[in-house]
Amino acid sequence: MTPTLQLCLLISAALFSIGLLAALSRKHAIFVLIGIEMMLAAANLNFVAFWRFGPEPQNPTGVMVAIFSIAIAAAEAAVGLALVIAVYRHYRTTNVRRLDQLKG
Amino acid sequence: MSTAAFIFIAIFTLSGALAAACLRKLIHAAFCLVVAFLGLALFYFLLGAEFVGLVQVFVYVGAVAVLIVFTILLTRREEENTGGFNWGGAVVALAVFAGLVWTIFKTPGTAVAAPPIEALTVKRIGEALMTSYVWPLQCVGLLLTAALLGALVLVMEEKR
Repeated sequence: MTPTLQLCLLISAALFSIGLLAALSRKHAIFVLIGIEMMLAAANLNFVAFWRFGPEPQNPTGVMVAIFSIAIAAAEAAVGLALVIAVYRHYRTTNVRRLDQLKG
Repeated sequence: MSTAAFIFIAIFTLSGALAAACLRKLIHAAFCLVVAFLGLALFYFLLGAEFVGLVQVFVYVGAVAVLIVFTILLTRREEENTGGFNWGGAVVALAVFAGLVWTIFKTPGTAVAAPPIEALTVKRIGEALMTSYVWPLQCVGLLLTAALLGALVLVMEEKR
């Protein structure tokens, strides 16, 4: 018995939901970034799974998209963590609930 | 590719991810994130995308995790409570998960097994990167440079 596409998609959906949980329910900005990274990783897993189980696995399109997506996620993490450090310098806090200066 | 290995790695990855999302201490969460990303790299190996698995280990476990640990170090305040948890977010995440599972089970044709393929070698990936994906590759290089400069400008000491 071999795993199916469904199993991969379920795992990826679970990882996405855990990332969403971390991004929505934690107060610390770094947890929010960790959640976003997890959601991006879940999307990558979907790309690779659809490439592997798709009708044309000779074309490495899904793998290419996953590689580019990892590169963009790394750029996003660098800028996001730099923003966390800059926000910490200004407000002396990393609690996203207290960063409400733009609240109307 | 056996289902047992798949399920085992899935439990490994998802428990790491759940621990990273729910642990109180930030540094523990960062190390659990490393565990989750290693499990994900194992998935890529099982699925036959070895290069993506290696890139995952290099970029996430090597670079992003170290970056997160350094940020924790630089923004550390002992008195600050990082344990806050908003249950509304948990409800939304559960609802999204239920919706995704419902959609996956409703979609026809997802219960397929993997077709046999020839191994995806690094040579083939390199050829594809240098021929059909050369423009995206250049754009990603530009984006990485811009992101690096942007991150540097953001964390530079401000003049007073």
